[in-house]
Amino acid sequence: MSRRVLLIEDEPNIAEAIRFLLTREGWQVETHADGADALQVIQGASPDLVILDVMLPGKNGMEILRELRTLEDMQGLPVLMLTARGQSRDREMAENAGVSRFMTKPFSNTEMLTAVRDLHAQATQS
Amino acid sequence: MSKGEDRQTQGVRPSLFLERQSYRRRRLTDAARLLPVLGAALIAIPLLWPSGDAVQDGIPLSSAILYIFSCWVVLIAASLIFGFASRHKTANDDSEPESDRWQP
Amino acid sequence: MATLNVLILVCLGYVVLLFGVAFAADRMAAAGKGAWLRSPLIYTLSLSIYCTAWTFYGAVGNAARSGLEFVTIYLGPTLVMISWWWGLRKLVRVARSQRVTSIADLISSRYGKSNTLAIGVTILAVLGGTPYIALQLQSITLSFSIFAEADPSGLYRQGASVFWVAAGLAVFAILFGTRNLDANERHHGVVTAIALESVVKLFALLAVGIFVVWGVAGGIGPMMERIDASEIGQWNVDAGRWTTFIFLSAAAFVCLPRMFQVMVVENADEGHLRTAAWAFPLYLLLMSLFVVPIAVVGLDLLPEGSNPDLFVLTVPLSQGNDWLAMLSFIGGFSSATSMVIVTAMALSTMVSNHVVMPIWLNTQEGAGWVSGDVRSVILISRRVSIAVVMALGYYYYRLSGGGAALASIGLVAFAGISQILPALVGGLFWRGATRTGALVGLSVGFLLWIYTLLLPGMGGVLMTETVLQNGPFGIGWLRPQALFGIAGMDPIVHTVMWSLSLNTVAFCVASLLSFPSPLERLQGAQFVHVFDHSVALRGWTGSVAQSEDLMIMTQRIMGAGPAQEFFQAEAEKQGGRSSLPEPTPAFLERLERELSGSVGAATAHAMIGQIVGGSSVSVEDLLAVADESAQLLEYSSQLEAKSTELSRTARQLREANTKLTQISEQKDSFLSQVSHELRTPMTSIRAFSEIMRDSDGLSGEEQTRYAAIIHDEALRLTRLLDDLLDLSVLESGRVNLNMGGDTLRSVLDRAVSSALAGSNQTLAVRRSKASERISLHTDLDRLGQVFINLISNARKYCDADDPVLTISAHDVGGQLVVDFADNGSGIPPEARSMVFEKFARVGGDKAGGAGLGLAICREIMQRLGGEITYLPGQGGAAFRVRLPLAYQQAAQ
Repeated sequence: MSRRVLLIEDEPNIAEAIRFLLTREGWQVETHADGADALQVIQGASPDLVILDVMLPGKNGMEILRELRTLEDMQGLPVLMLTARGQSRDREMAENAGVSRFMTKPFSNTEMLTAVRDLHAQATQS
Repeated sequence: MSKGEDRQTQGVRPSLFLERQSYRRRRLTDAARLLPVLGAALIAIPLLWPSGDAVQDGIPLSSAILYIFSCWVVLIAASLIFGFASRHKTANDDSEPESDRWQP
Repeated sequence: MATLNVLILVCLGYVVLLFGVAFAADRMAAAGKGAWLRSPLIYTLSLSIYCTAWTFYGAVGNAARSGLEFVTIYLGPTLVMISWWWGLRKLVRVARSQRVTSIADLISSRYGKSNTLAIGVTILAVLGGTPYIALQLQSITLSFSIFAEADPSGLYRQGASVFWVAAGLAVFAILFGTRNLDANERHHGVVTAIALESVVKLFALLAVGIFVVWGVAGGIGPMMERIDASEIGQWNVDAGRWTTFIFLSAAAFVCLPRMFQVMVVENADEGHLRTAAWAFPLYLLLMSLFVVPIAVVGLDLLPEGSNPDLFVLTVPLSQGNDWLAMLSFIGGFSSATSMVIVTAMALSTMVSNHVVMPIWLNTQEGAGWVSGDVRSVILISRRVSIAVVMALGYYYYRLSGGGAALASIGLVAFAGISQILPALVGGLFWRGATRTGALVGLSVGFLLWIYTLLLPGMGGVLMTETVLQNGPFGIGWLRPQALFGIAGMDPIVHTVMWSLSLNTVAFCVASLLSFPSPLERLQGAQFVHVFDHSVALRGWTGSVAQSEDLMIMTQRIMGAGPAQEFFQAEAEKQGGRSSLPEPTPAFLERLERELSGSVGAATAHAMIGQIVGGSSVSVEDLLAVADESAQLLEYSSQLEAKSTELSRTARQLREANTKLTQISEQKDSFLSQVSHELRTPMTSIRAFSEIMRDSDGLSGEEQTRYAAIIHDEALRLTRLLDDLLDLSVLESGRVNLNMGGDTLRSVLDRAVSSALAGSNQTLAVRRSKASERISLHTDLDRLGQVFINLISNARKYCDADDPVLTISAHDVGGQLVVDFADNGSGIPPEARSMVFEKFARVGGDKAGGAGLGLAICREIMQRLGGEITYLPGQGGAAFRVRLPLAYQQAAQ
């Protein structure tokens, strides 16, 4: 069974790096670069994991997450949030919005892989 | 005069309706103002008397004297009464319009 | 039969008694003893100088001729006294608060301290007073002659006796009337002597009356029958004369200088009027009580042709009652002397203050008078004035020869002096009364009085019979005793009616038509509203005044002791350390009041004016003081303006604060932005470099690709840092401009190609190359940087389907103006004020830079001496770049 990850990130270079890493780990990676219709894309794709950037054109990642958590079948979906701003306020906001894991850019590849593995393990156990 | 100045600086307008005592005082000064009018009227009355001449008899001089001097006494008495009344009532004050301001 | 010598001895003894009383009273007053000297009784008795020898002797004579008509002369003053509450009380209050010295001073003070008016009133008073004094001398002489006729020794010489009487009275008046210089101070000696004299004359007349009624007629009843049976036994009084005389005597009672002196100037306490209001009418009643009986008995007893004016003397004499006659003589003598003394005092004060002093001050010119002894000048002038007034009276008597014409002189004088009444009453009760009005009214009345009464009364020399009969130059309606053709009137009634009515009309009309000076208006308000505010008139500004000069002058006038005391008290009142007070307006004003007591209001005003600066205080100054309210208004409008300014400032501050808050927020968000801008490329760099390090088996193509990404992101980082540094350098002003010359066209060419290079977005650029042939001398690279920024902004943000950027250039008044307008949706108005701020990015778009571009442009244009602004109303986003061409020339 293939594990599917939806990557929502507007920086093409970062998206490419993450895709490279996760594909090598056996993930099926889909990417999306716009915030405005991100919610519909998530619902349509129903991935096993979502990697969400905060600074997105169209709609802020925080808002996307908040709206996502109001949907019934999306409560348990693991969401890994990435931010380049790195302020502690952002982390609090993300946790309040119901984030599963919060990571600050730049991150090491190991860090990223560990986070994805952990999240997937938690989701499959429960 | 200094009293008048002090009083002036109080700058309180006298009220429209006054206490009984003040009211009396006001009427007293009204009387004082009317007194000369009364006096003028009294001593103008002889103008109406007929003058004695060859044709008719006039008022006897003794009656005229009695009348004039009686009027005179009346005026003096009225002035005396007013003088004493105003002295009594306005012992500390001699300027009527402001006098009400001293009422407690 | 009393001999003339006894009579003279009694007279001298009586005069010595008066001297003694006056001297003692002065001593007691100076020692601070004798409160009774200031009692209402003394005041009331002193008023009785109204009853002169004319009334003492003349009333009986008048009664013998006209019955009860004499009583009018007493009824008028009675009416005045019983209306004291609203009449005399005000007059006394005003006179005391203004420290008035005479009726002339009062009129002058009321109408703006006008000396012209004072002189007018003085002349009127002297003209009216002189015959009156002559009348007194005549009655004394007549009464002497009665005794002289009976004296067998026959040593009596009429002319000499008149001279000695006049001289003696002058000495008395000088001795006791000019002891104090301050005419406003009480003359206790004189007043007490007068009070004694009034007791004597009342006592004498009552004694004669009682003798006549009970001694001769045998009781009241028989007396009344005798009166009715006599030739004057019926009421036969002309209505016109009755009314006119009552009015005239009332007016004269207030206006006569001697009455003003005792009633107003010598008044020690307003409350005395309360007593005098009933006591003086009572005195008058007693004085007139036995007049008719004496007249009737005199007519009965004495032979036909006896002078009825002397019945008071001749009736007791005919009955052999010498001692009663002697008493009666003393009574008449008292009446005459008291009147003469007070009249002389009052007139001399007026003459000295209003005629002599102003002339003397004028001749001394300027500060020269400070060295002269003003005090002695005033005293001498006053003493000489008394002597002159007495001399005038004496010569008038000698010239008129003591004829019967004198009998009516009392009423003639009354009519003359009454001309003051309109100005006086108007001044006290009507604020609108003006100096012009008073002058005109007084002149009209005065001239009519002279023309219709005084001249016709003086016989044929000054006014011929022809004029009296046919009018001057034959003009009938100007006949002196029948003005406007109304003939057949009693001469006195005629004069009083015409002179006073025309006087009043002229006074009112002239007052209504003229405009008073500010000083007049202030004084008018003070007089009319004396009970409401006895607020001091602030007239002087003492900035120039020298306290020492004032001190010297005051010493000259008041004497060294009182002057020093006054100045010391004033200095203490001011709380100063020196013995001389500062010349504050309040002090100068008190000093003026103090001095006006000695020399009169107008003179004191002029004297202080000479020291304080020029003639007198300018009326504009007075108005400025009076118009404090206006100044307050002005002040409040200034406050209003200031408060408007304040609220404007507050609004600006609020705007600034809003902007600051926005900037602060922008700065916070910029820090996030900068963090984001730095971390984003670093993320890519780190990720790919780890991939390249850790991953085996990467294809060569992949390696090249990932290395290229790392390279690009590194460049991006560099660019960002470059921008930040650029801005920092521009802002700190340490930028070095690299000046060069080129045309606008080539600068734009390079900018367009640079901005659009390597872009897949299509942006059409429209230019009018002809208008771009403007040569520039500036930092061409920096200007190009601005252009590139604007063009690439249009490329990045213009949201039209077919984006078009229009660049147009103009030379507007020595300024290069280049507009960059695209056809997109533009920048929303609320964001326009922020676009040039650092780190501002419209709409959170991340299409490229870090939001530093326009901030850098603004800084560059500022360095180049120009500006960049957002240009609204162009359809899309539009920016205008201005660059002064003059700058380029200056740089060359």
